[in-house]
Amino acid sequence: MGLATILKRKLIPAEIDEHINRIQKPIGSLGYDPWGYNNEAIKYGFWLTRLIYEKYFRVEAHGVEQVPAEGPVLIIANHSGQLPLDGLLIGYALASRQEPPRIPRAMIERFFPTVPWIGNLLNEMGAVLGDPVNCAKMLANGEAVIVFPEGVRGSGKLYRNRYQLKRFGNGFMHLAMKYRAPIVPVGVVGCEETIPAIANIKPLARMLGIPYAPVAMPVVLPAKVHLNFGPPMYFDDLDIPEEQVTERVEQVKAEISRLIDKGLSERKTLF
Amino acid sequence: MAKQKRPQILVTGAAGALAQQVIQRLRDHCDLVAVDFREQVYLGDDIPSYRIDFTKRVFEDLFRRYQFDGVIHLGRIQSSQLTRMRRYNANVLGTQKLLDLSHKYGIQRVVVLSTYHVYGAVAYNPALIDESAPLKAAGLSSDLVDSVELENLANIYLWRYPDLNITILRPCNIVGPGVRNSIGTLLASERAPVLAGFSPMMQFIHIDDMADAIVLAYKKPVRGVFNVAPDDWVAYQQALKLCGCTRIPIPSVPPVVPRLLLKALRLKSFPSYLIAFFKYPVIIDGRAFSREFGFRPQRPLREIFHFYRENKKPV
Repeated sequence: MGLATILKRKLIPAEIDEHINRIQKPIGSLGYDPWGYNNEAIKYGFWLTRLIYEKYFRVEAHGVEQVPAEGPVLIIANHSGQLPLDGLLIGYALASRQEPPRIPRAMIERFFPTVPWIGNLLNEMGAVLGDPVNCAKMLANGEAVIVFPEGVRGSGKLYRNRYQLKRFGNGFMHLAMKYRAPIVPVGVVGCEETIPAIANIKPLARMLGIPYAPVAMPVVLPAKVHLNFGPPMYFDDLDIPEEQVTERVEQVKAEISRLIDKGLSERKTLF
Repeated sequence: MAKQKRPQILVTGAAGALAQQVIQRLRDHCDLVAVDFREQVYLGDDIPSYRIDFTKRVFEDLFRRYQFDGVIHLGRIQSSQLTRMRRYNANVLGTQKLLDLSHKYGIQRVVVLSTYHVYGAVAYNPALIDESAPLKAAGLSSDLVDSVELENLANIYLWRYPDLNITILRPCNIVGPGVRNSIGTLLASERAPVLAGFSPMMQFIHIDDMADAIVLAYKKPVRGVFNVAPDDWVAYQQALKLCGCTRIPIPSVPPVVPRLLLKALRLKSFPSYLIAFFKYPVIIDGRAFSREFGFRPQRPLREIFHFYRENKKPV
């Protein structure tokens, strides 16, 4: 018996195995999809994320059932906390729901594919390079896609700017309209406190070729995380000027802002 | 009733395993003439076979002697073969001569074999690249310039001379019995290098399926550029594992280290200018070809890898 088989028996309970196998992903004969998602690797990811989700961040998720059971959908959320933990937790919330679970695809920074081990690992867990072509092809495949329209402007912001939404790009709205994909807004509260950064050393970031170099404690703090999923928002595919597309983006942004306020009011303590 | 004339087809790259598979599929219904830039091969008494440099004047004598109806151009010198200059002459100037002669002698069907390498491997590649994506390879490595130039040339002739009915095929990694390209050599070896921490997604097509694809393309004169790849994917390191190869990790960061190391080692199957293909995925979308030509690959990945696993030590 190989090491992988022993590890799998020890770590992956039968219910996780069954749960993941129940989710019918469009994969090839060896368990991969074109973006590198792997049906076996995700089981380890699911097991590990369950520990992080339930024990470390003690996530409270509300309204996850609002994500449609099938078909293309864009899950749009605020981005924070230096590391893409928010994407991981939103993904787990949806993957672990009982009826019916879905494994969403998170769009990640362009920097990740260049990082050894991490890039491949993220791909195996379903994360995908944040490219409009990728997003379009996945929506065409009927996938649920997590997008953070703030990008690094959101994840790299300093603690003093917490819960202030940065500029949203319009790309996600164009894709939602083109593929008639509903948008499910999500307000994430708690990730801002996981790695509070007091400064960003831009020259160091440039030198290392990374999006930002935060001055922060070298630990991820166990902040309690609240995820609030809003009702799906539907937009038609009319050929409208960019100004009106921006107005639609602002509607989504306002809804996320409302969901963040809801999470902040629900929160009793930071940790 | 008059007996229908058998089509006369010129097949280039005849010394390669792929061309020989194509010839096997066509020889019963077509009159074939085989040529190769590298060597003369015996393909049976019914198939004249020549070793010819396409850039030489004698090449035209073939067109004078035989009334070709079509050309299947598989004679692309791969990036791992010959020097950059000789490759450029053979692939670009040779192809230009071939297409000029095809036009001059009224050929009505041309199939050109290209490669997915023309897209180039960069970290920002989306998956399922379709045929309209930019060809980035020339800007990334001067060793791939000839592959991109060959394509550009074929594209120019495709639009300038519609009567040639040119179809350009961009296949993913062609592997299987007899294939001597760099990826085939890696899968067949006992030990294969990998870049530590990188295992890009890859696509493989069995040589028999690729030969079927070329024959299908030849028979349906639809002009255009088409990716050829099955709807199946695997990570490079997993492919090596399934082929029974021991993986030898090469330090991958900073990027200059593997580049210098591979330049010094001069491994034919893992050349430094292809290094990015072992780091970043180049996944192509072959659905347009499948739809247009009714192509369904028959040999699954497991069968391909099983062949390499079972043939590690030739008897």
